[in-house]
Amino acid sequence: MTIETAPAKAEGVDTPTPAVRSTTLLARSLRLWRTRIGAVLGLILVLIAIVGPLVAPHASDEFITKPFSSGAASGTMFGTDYLGYDVLSRFLYGGRSILVIAVISTAIGVTLGVVIGLVAAYARNSLDDVLMRLMDVIMAFPQIMLALVAVSLVGAKNWVIIVAIALTTAPRVARVARGAAQPVVERDFIGATEAMGMSRIRILSGELLPNILGPMMVETTLRLTYSISVISALAFLGLAANPDAPNWGTMIQKNQGALSYQPWGALLPIMAIALLTMSTGLIGDGIARTAAGIDRERGDE
Amino acid sequence: MTTDQLPDLEAASTRDPAAVTVRNLQIETNSGVGVVTDLSFEISAGEVLGVVGESGSGKTTVGLSLLGHARRGLRIAGGTVMLGDQNILGMSDADLRRLRGSLVSYVPQDPASSLNPALRIGVQLREVLEAHGSRNNAENDARIAEMMREVALSDDPAYLKRYPHQLSGGQQQRVGLAMAFANRPRLIVLDEPTTGLDVTTQSTVLATVRDLAVAHDVAALYVTHDLAVVAAVATRVAVMYSGRIVELGPADELFESSAHPYTRRLVGAIPRLTGGRSLVGIPGHAPSPSKRPEGCSFAPRCRLRIDECEVAVPAPVEVKPGHSARCIRAHEVVRVEQAGLGDPVDLPPSETEAPVLTLDNVVAHYGPIEVLHSISLTLEHRECLAIVGESGSGKTTTARAIAGLHHDWTGSIRLGDAELATAARSRSTDVRRQIQYIFQNPYGSLNPRKTVGETVGQPLSVFGIASGREAETRVGEMLEQVSLSAGYARRYPDQLSGGERQRVAIARALISSPSILVCDEVTSALDVSVQAAIVELLGTLQRELGLSMVFVTHNLPLVRSIAQKVAVLADGYIVEYGRTAGMLANPQQEYTRHLISDTPSLETATGDVPATAVPADRKPTV
Amino acid sequence: MKWFRGGGIAGFIIRRVLLGVLVLFLVSAIVFLSTQALGDPARAILGRDATPDRLAALQKQLNLDSSKLAQYFQWLGGLLHLDLGTSLASSQPVTEVLGDRLVNSAVLVVLAAVISVPISIAIGSYAALRREKIFDTVSSNLMLVLAALPEFVVALLLVILLSFNVFHVFPPTSPVPVGTKPWDYPDELVLPVTTLVIAVAPYVSRIMRASMIEVLESDYVEMARLKGLPERTVLVRHALPNAIGPVFQVIAINLAYLAGGVVVIEAVFNYPGIGLALVDAVTNHDIPVVQALAMLIAAVYVVLNLLADVATILVTPRLRTRL
Repeated sequence: MTIETAPAKAEGVDTPTPAVRSTTLLARSLRLWRTRIGAVLGLILVLIAIVGPLVAPHASDEFITKPFSSGAASGTMFGTDYLGYDVLSRFLYGGRSILVIAVISTAIGVTLGVVIGLVAAYARNSLDDVLMRLMDVIMAFPQIMLALVAVSLVGAKNWVIIVAIALTTAPRVARVARGAAQPVVERDFIGATEAMGMSRIRILSGELLPNILGPMMVETTLRLTYSISVISALAFLGLAANPDAPNWGTMIQKNQGALSYQPWGALLPIMAIALLTMSTGLIGDGIARTAAGIDRERGDE
Repeated sequence: MTTDQLPDLEAASTRDPAAVTVRNLQIETNSGVGVVTDLSFEISAGEVLGVVGESGSGKTTVGLSLLGHARRGLRIAGGTVMLGDQNILGMSDADLRRLRGSLVSYVPQDPASSLNPALRIGVQLREVLEAHGSRNNAENDARIAEMMREVALSDDPAYLKRYPHQLSGGQQQRVGLAMAFANRPRLIVLDEPTTGLDVTTQSTVLATVRDLAVAHDVAALYVTHDLAVVAAVATRVAVMYSGRIVELGPADELFESSAHPYTRRLVGAIPRLTGGRSLVGIPGHAPSPSKRPEGCSFAPRCRLRIDECEVAVPAPVEVKPGHSARCIRAHEVVRVEQAGLGDPVDLPPSETEAPVLTLDNVVAHYGPIEVLHSISLTLEHRECLAIVGESGSGKTTTARAIAGLHHDWTGSIRLGDAELATAARSRSTDVRRQIQYIFQNPYGSLNPRKTVGETVGQPLSVFGIASGREAETRVGEMLEQVSLSAGYARRYPDQLSGGERQRVAIARALISSPSILVCDEVTSALDVSVQAAIVELLGTLQRELGLSMVFVTHNLPLVRSIAQKVAVLADGYIVEYGRTAGMLANPQQEYTRHLISDTPSLETATGDVPATAVPADRKPTV
Repeated sequence: MKWFRGGGIAGFIIRRVLLGVLVLFLVSAIVFLSTQALGDPARAILGRDATPDRLAALQKQLNLDSSKLAQYFQWLGGLLHLDLGTSLASSQPVTEVLGDRLVNSAVLVVLAAVISVPISIAIGSYAALRREKIFDTVSSNLMLVLAALPEFVVALLLVILLSFNVFHVFPPTSPVPVGTKPWDYPDELVLPVTTLVIAVAPYVSRIMRASMIEVLESDYVEMARLKGLPERTVLVRHALPNAIGPVFQVIAINLAYLAGGVVVIEAVFNYPGIGLALVDAVTNHDIPVVQALAMLIAAVYVVLNLLADVATILVTPRLRTRL
């Protein structure tokens, strides 16, 4: 005797249209206030750095009046600097080199680091050990030290700084990339691709890499923050490529002496660097929190 | 064990007053979504109440609430939990602290992670005594020694100096039991304490729980997803679904004549040792707390539903004294003959041409340790061979060696006539295509960044079978074949349930038309009802597509429904190897006999099958 | 090689020390390569004054006429005898040039370490305990901002705030005169040490918070609470020992980082330490000094890491018993 009234339904046959995939990590992280603030700040400063020279009221080497005059005395908004040039104009010119060098060196360093980290994580054997020892050796030097040593040898040229920073960024990124990739390598879907005999490069780039994008994005913003920090510090120490060219770091160094009576020469670039690094930090933190939130959602299985 | 051998729990349950009374328990998320709703039950002193449910039923949450505890993100929103004349839910923090560990204690699911890795076990045992009683060292030392003896662990003080990681899983769990019974509580909540333990250890732990509960007159709540385990340990059972108790009653009544359609289907989904019957799963899956439907939560999956079911949540209907179910058709349900679930499986005899897969003297290592000692097996065409063993037996290593995922082996594995290389990468494309592997963990075997369609289509591109339009079509067809609609191709794994993901994994394995399917514990991470559906699917596909299958599992009754031959492994050796029906009915080796008798199953618990007595000299060595 | 693998904690320490020595060897090779072997140091030093005669003379003086390998071993040998060569700028032994400055920098770093580590651990733990409440939100955001800022910016902001434009409390520069001890001038130390503390504290407190949160959510802490243990016991006996393990590594990395960060700070405050010495040496192409400082800082890093590893092992019984 059957009392059944309803037909059997196989799992999943009558499901409605597929759910909309939530947008990418970046887009989601922009919903957080901190990411928004960071993004806006960063955008403003990048604009200043890049477009600045086009809107500067004076040329960067145009003598106005005697050094360290106040704004009122020199007819400019922020006064003159140590050479008698217009502070505002030099400030608007001064961000480009820092930003460009920072972006290039970070890009190279991150790419290198990700490749090394992925290879080390996947290799899981002596190759992993060797690579990580090598990274340890490079990491024994604080970034700025290695840059100083390199500059002492060759001179303060742009390419030297880029190489030094890229070289010191790579092992740090490699460590993080390896740390993020190791748990993924243990997961069975990697095993499934190995059983299929997929080529190692395809596994690294197509299967592993997309799964560490979140931590890598965060790490990239972190590294960018550091690169900006080191490059401006180098300039501050007097080791920029061209000591007389407008540069936020050198501006701080040279105008530092007048802080008590004509602070703008140093204050403007100080604030610019501070806000720029804060913005990259905020963006990175916003992405990190969003990624953690997504992991938590997924973990509620 | 027959019911004669169980301690006298029947009498215990009629004692009154009840030691614990729960009324209208309500637990919600912080945003107000109900996780446990309107829960009421009682437990008498000396009685074990089993709470059964699948994932998402809310059973663990109920257990914790009896200690006044809710996990992060949840809060106890209403109801009363009366222990004697005190309401636990109304207590202050200080009172709760006094209560926990002394009047009410908890045995957690994972003993390894609930023991502090940085503290010696002696310290952890002592502190539960000190927190609730004397700080007298001599007294406490004596108590601890007594506790250790009660759980059959060594009472030597040197043993107490060990750290948790120096104990086996079974030993860790027994330390947990010792801590729970230390202060002679009135109520003990056990949360799946035998999950992850070997069958042998499991049966010892269950026996210890039963004995201690009766000896000390303790009321016990035993939470589990495993109906067979519940049958072995509990007198009364509460079945939970989607946050409510849908059936409550004496254990044997519940299993032999269930009054709720869900319970009925659940019982039908359990693998049986005797008589090959196909497993019948429950299609669909339990709704998440925020998506519970109006009316009965089980209605969407229920074959007995009528329009009235979707109107309001059914109130408990009493079908017999002490046995009630939340179903408006309960009286009809209880009268239906239970035993006829599932069609008898007529497994076709395997063909005896040349075997499709031969293992000859395979010896495998993990680093310096030899884990497989000379394994020899054959797999015939269209046959399903089950490899059964406990953890550490080498069954997974064998499966992985066959697929080329484990490289460190010697000996010979032949596909037809061709010798196989040790690593998958060294094998030819055709060989790799012919042997496909399905992993245990559905949550790890799919790339979270790829859609279902991309994952299922991967073999087509790697083996160069099809691409573009044709590949898409094939993927769609394959998804239909595993009972998922083609629309699933656009979804991502995190939008799928465990059962759905496992179907995707099966689709991925089958799309390249392999000849051998290796299934490694593919159902262990799934709920019982889903497990049954997957095994059902695998069996059907295997017969339809003419595949040969290697089915690895630790669950012995499961193999009855799917495999013609079975090999039992222990410690890297083959203990017994032969036809399934014969071996299960009449095991030749002692190890196999004990494996069968130690496996909790409904038949042994309800007295259908006399269990072999465990010889007195077989002391637990774990 | 069985002795290499066994031996318990002592064996572990020996192995790590040997590994550290190996790393230092590699580092010395790199330092040597980059300063002396690549390019021509004599040319770099003389710059535009590089006439052939002068080049030859300088090369002779610097022993550059022997083979690279010989030079390397010569230098290495000197290092091991603590003979760091002669400074090119001042013609004095490097050890004399650096001696006092080393002490000065060490004072800064030690003070910064002693102050920042306990404070950071306290902040991080408390933030984890009061998760997502006011203290946590404020402190976490503050740490985020402080971590992002370059040290010299922090230093200058402090100067602006406390020396010049807002308050006039501390001196803006800290030129401790040669021959005196830095602790005789405590108020000159305040700003540099504060900057160093701010450079390090955010990282240590962040990792402490994260580690503590993980531990507080662990099964064994939940179990401890379910056993009815008093909250203090739960925190002190169960939570803290497990939370502190990962923190040692971070502390080590950050203290080693201070060795580099100190360079910039000393430049801002004109403080006569090894940082400033390094900058001067770099500007003057004073190679022996650069080499010596590079090795010194690398050695500090290796030693700190070793200490951190040992400390982690001591706090984690699971790793201890495996040795």
